[in-house]
Amino acid sequence: MYIYDKIDQQIIEDRVTQFRGQTERYLNGEIREEEFLPLRLQNGLYIQRLAPMLRICIPYGMLSSKQLRALAEVTRKYDKGYAHFTTRQNIQLNWPALENVPDILADLADVEMHAVQTSGNCIRNFTTDQFAGVAKDESIDPRPYCEIMRQWATFHPEFAFLPRKFKIAVCGSETDRAAVRFHDIGLNLIQNEQGETGFQVLVGGGLGRTPVIGSVIREFIPEKDILTYLDAILRVYNLNGDRNNKYKARIKILVRALGPEEFAKRVEAEWQHIKDGPATLTEEEIERAKGFFTEPNYQSFDADQAEQALSDQASQGKAFGRWLERNITEHRVPGYRAVTLSLKPIGVPPGDVTSSQLDSIADLADEFSFGEARSTHEQNIVLADVETARLYELWQKLKPLGFATPTLGTLLDMICCPGGDFCSLANAKSIPIAEAIQRKFDDLDYVYDLGELDLNISGCMNACGHHHIGDIGILGVDKKGEEFYQVQLGGCQSNNAQLAKVLGPAFNRDEVPDVIEKILSTFVEKRVDGESFNETYHRLGHDHFKEVVYAKDN
Amino acid sequence: MPKIIKDAAVIDDSWQMPELETTSDLPEGQVLVSLEYWNANQEDISEVADRVGLVLEPTETPDQIEGDLKAIPVIAVNFPIFADGRGFSIGRLLRERYGYEGELRAVGSPIRDQLTYLSRVGFNAFQLAEHYNPEEALASLNDFSDSYQVAVDQPVPLFRRRS
Repeated sequence: MYIYDKIDQQIIEDRVTQFRGQTERYLNGEIREEEFLPLRLQNGLYIQRLAPMLRICIPYGMLSSKQLRALAEVTRKYDKGYAHFTTRQNIQLNWPALENVPDILADLADVEMHAVQTSGNCIRNFTTDQFAGVAKDESIDPRPYCEIMRQWATFHPEFAFLPRKFKIAVCGSETDRAAVRFHDIGLNLIQNEQGETGFQVLVGGGLGRTPVIGSVIREFIPEKDILTYLDAILRVYNLNGDRNNKYKARIKILVRALGPEEFAKRVEAEWQHIKDGPATLTEEEIERAKGFFTEPNYQSFDADQAEQALSDQASQGKAFGRWLERNITEHRVPGYRAVTLSLKPIGVPPGDVTSSQLDSIADLADEFSFGEARSTHEQNIVLADVETARLYELWQKLKPLGFATPTLGTLLDMICCPGGDFCSLANAKSIPIAEAIQRKFDDLDYVYDLGELDLNISGCMNACGHHHIGDIGILGVDKKGEEFYQVQLGGCQSNNAQLAKVLGPAFNRDEVPDVIEKILSTFVEKRVDGESFNETYHRLGHDHFKEVVYAKDN
Repeated sequence: MPKIIKDAAVIDDSWQMPELETTSDLPEGQVLVSLEYWNANQEDISEVADRVGLVLEPTETPDQIEGDLKAIPVIAVNFPIFADGRGFSIGRLLRERYGYEGELRAVGSPIRDQLTYLSRVGFNAFQLAEHYNPEEALASLNDFSDSYQVAVDQPVPLFRRRS
């Protein structure tokens, strides 16, 4: 993991001091409401429906056990003893008091954490693959580059008042687990034919009100040029993005208006002025960053023996076997596996954890995974380096903690925003929908039989729950003060990126589980040869599902 | 006389910003004129060059300025609302790409808590929104002891300076 030096530490402490002063002046009436707004947002602080909400940054999802314990302590000391993992790999407190926020930020700074640029119209947290560094299909570890870019984006003086928020994702593996096609900028780390490392650059993807799949504007930018190239993209956007209508202010609208070719041309022209300037990365800096993401002290094992023991354990108990099948990921080092701790047990809002659970994750990270954990954009936690021979032991510890729900990647591993229970933007509640679906489909054999299936729920069109890119997406809408839910089908977040299509008129809350059942039954009935939901959907066509769902009961 | 912040001190400001038709005569004294007026009256302005400056709106970039930009005594960039961040790029372009070394002034309604970033991108003079006391605001020029990126105030990024 990246470790701050004296300068990094000083900068983050300067920020705490700055925000402490700003908060005091605001409480004294010296800063106007509308002026304080971007200042607090850029320190992660929203004013929510019931109380302020503080979004704490977890850079590209990496957490140390020390940081997890500090988060647990913060939730106990300043909040109601729980927190919520978000779809940007961050963590939110739902009940902090405004006047305590500077103290919270000071406590976080002690463990090299902060809430910098977790909201507001600026460059947000960089997200990446939760299996970075351990994935079998990875060609280049994205984390050193994420850290380099994190530093570039932190307090960037030119881009703190952009037309709108700006999200960047980085992926270094064959399978896209970072949804790079759905970000303002998506970066695929690649090697060119000469064996040089660089990035394929996509721009203008995004969800929200106008979902768009990003366009490639450059097939290869060498690694040393990435910061100047990003500066060029951001400058073109900052000067030309729409500032009159916030719904047209994202970069995707500009890219679409100009066309990706013209946008690329403008970026190229801007870049010609600044390329090879002092922001060009040095080999030393790239090496320095890589030095923080070296291999932990892996042991060598008799891998065959460990595998044999594991399959014996799996055959003895169905529950362990299920967990192994669903919640464990292959590791590039023999004798190790990556384990996902599910934060989706039935009856708990997806992504929520208590302070004692945060402490437990810290303990488990220390005991099983070199003291590190990762948050995922699907709102779970990963222990990336667990010995195969100790999986059974880990599973037994996870069960009583509520982390062993064996439903990863299935219907029950839903992505869900906080929705109308907490968020002031929401049109409708989303957590009760998630719970109703979990309760309806509690037969795990049925759920497994459905295979990999993404069900994503957002409480409004801002799409924090990524409803456009689920196989099944549910969107809360408001009709004359009443909550309704629109159902969408056919989205995909990964390499075959696709946006879901709206099925038809919205449903009321009670109808949603039955509608999902009709859709799933159609899939189960009509699928052939082990087709996934997405494949069956495309073969049968959208209208087929529409007819089934809206057919009048006879 | 109105006060502004310039070079980290509060000073009296003698520059006027009158509304001018492109066909109007230049008023007496130090004046800041619109880009349209500037480009339309180059000949007249050149005779009194040391008392005429320019105000750029957020849609106006340095490439649109006629004549010798480097000789302009004051270039002001307007922030019609403080959250309109285009001026940050305009300031940086003026300094870094066009080599402008004169007074670069943020006007309109920039707020005290933007002073750090504004000075980082090249502004050295600030006419803050009216409800800010410039004397008190000076403190916000030094919110950070160091910074990561290249900018006008620090042409060497932190990664080239770490020991």
